[in-house]
Amino acid sequence: MEVWDVIIVGAGPGGLAAGIYAGRSELKTLILDRMPGGQLLITEEIENYPGFYESVSGFELSEKFRKHAEKFGAKIEVGHTVNEVSLDGELFLVKTDQGEFRGKTLIWAAGSNPRKLGVPGEVEFLGRGVSYCAVCDGAFFKDRVVAVVGGGDSALEESLYLTKFAKKVYLIHRRDKFRAVKVIQSRVKRNEKIELLLNKVVLSINGRDFVDSLTLKDVKTGEEMELPVDGVFIFIGNEPNVSPILHLVDTDPAGFIITDEEMRTKTPGLFAVGDVRSKPLRQVVTAASDGAVAAMSATKFLEEKE
Amino acid sequence: MAQEIRTVEEFEREVLQSEIPVLVDFWAPWCGPCRMLAPTIDELAQEYEGRVKVVKVNTDELPMVAMQYGIRGIPTVMLFVNGDVADVKVGLQPKAVFESMIERVLGE
Repeated sequence: MEVWDVIIVGAGPGGLAAGIYAGRSELKTLILDRMPGGQLLITEEIENYPGFYESVSGFELSEKFRKHAEKFGAKIEVGHTVNEVSLDGELFLVKTDQGEFRGKTLIWAAGSNPRKLGVPGEVEFLGRGVSYCAVCDGAFFKDRVVAVVGGGDSALEESLYLTKFAKKVYLIHRRDKFRAVKVIQSRVKRNEKIELLLNKVVLSINGRDFVDSLTLKDVKTGEEMELPVDGVFIFIGNEPNVSPILHLVDTDPAGFIITDEEMRTKTPGLFAVGDVRSKPLRQVVTAASDGAVAAMSATKFLEEKE
Repeated sequence: MAQEIRTVEEFEREVLQSEIPVLVDFWAPWCGPCRMLAPTIDELAQEYEGRVKVVKVNTDELPMVAMQYGIRGIPTVMLFVNGDVADVKVGLQPKAVFESMIERVLGE
């Protein structure tokens, strides 16, 4: 069976940057993912990736990363969902829904997914009023009323973005203060289309064919209320995709993988990069940096073994 | 290549009155996941040529069609059989997801 020097799981900026460096070091490199792009795809404009001062769409930047990795010989296979990772002697055995792959090293760059509220109606109304991507879905709520759930930077930024389309945006947050940076907070407070609903949690998302209301509860008074809306956008953070390698790594209390500065996990030969990693800043530029470091660490690991 | 539907009349003729099942990809140029999905849609068009028609609807150009089918997010891929919606998938998915959606309908 074919053995790869490096298997990279995840074709977002972290995985593709690792692929560029690994490929350029002439390691036999395989990148696996369901689809390329990662979270970059749902970002309208990237304004802070160095060199792209005229701003670039998430899609375009991700395509450049992909082509760059392929240019240096990394093989990218899409359509794979990784179900299981185990150690087979000295090799990593990666099982996907399409097949099995063996690698001498493994770089885990599987990124994160939007965290779910976990309330009734959330799954049923996905694409029918429930959304995790304002850029993708905002335009379908022209002159409608929407709610945004969350209190961090993305919740507030996406609320502002949605005012381009919606006639009214309710911003629902379970606390009385936002975590978002001050500039964005004041922009939100100045916007006449945005109404703040603080100390409220969502109990359920209701509707027939489409979302038509939310049931909210005031956490201070316990009072419940019905809020008529056409859609709800949920931005309550991200969950790292770690389950297939959970037995091989240590995680922080929030579930993110702990590595050292060389991206090494507790399992020799297994590295973690990008949004899955415990770190202070999750951006394209830090994911790319992690990827480069991990590829270098993998190269070193392989050399030392020989 | 998947055919782009440009007018409501064309949608009626090519999708609703089609003799064979039609896979419709609702997309827009500003949607990153939609653009990432485009090559998959083209591959499906080729793979099922003659058995399933594969078309694209730009929701900016045909908002009435998008509204009529209750599109609230893109990419949304709908499979039409005899003018009715037989199956719907929302969001970027691997090709196998659409293949099994099509195979199910072809198998019936």
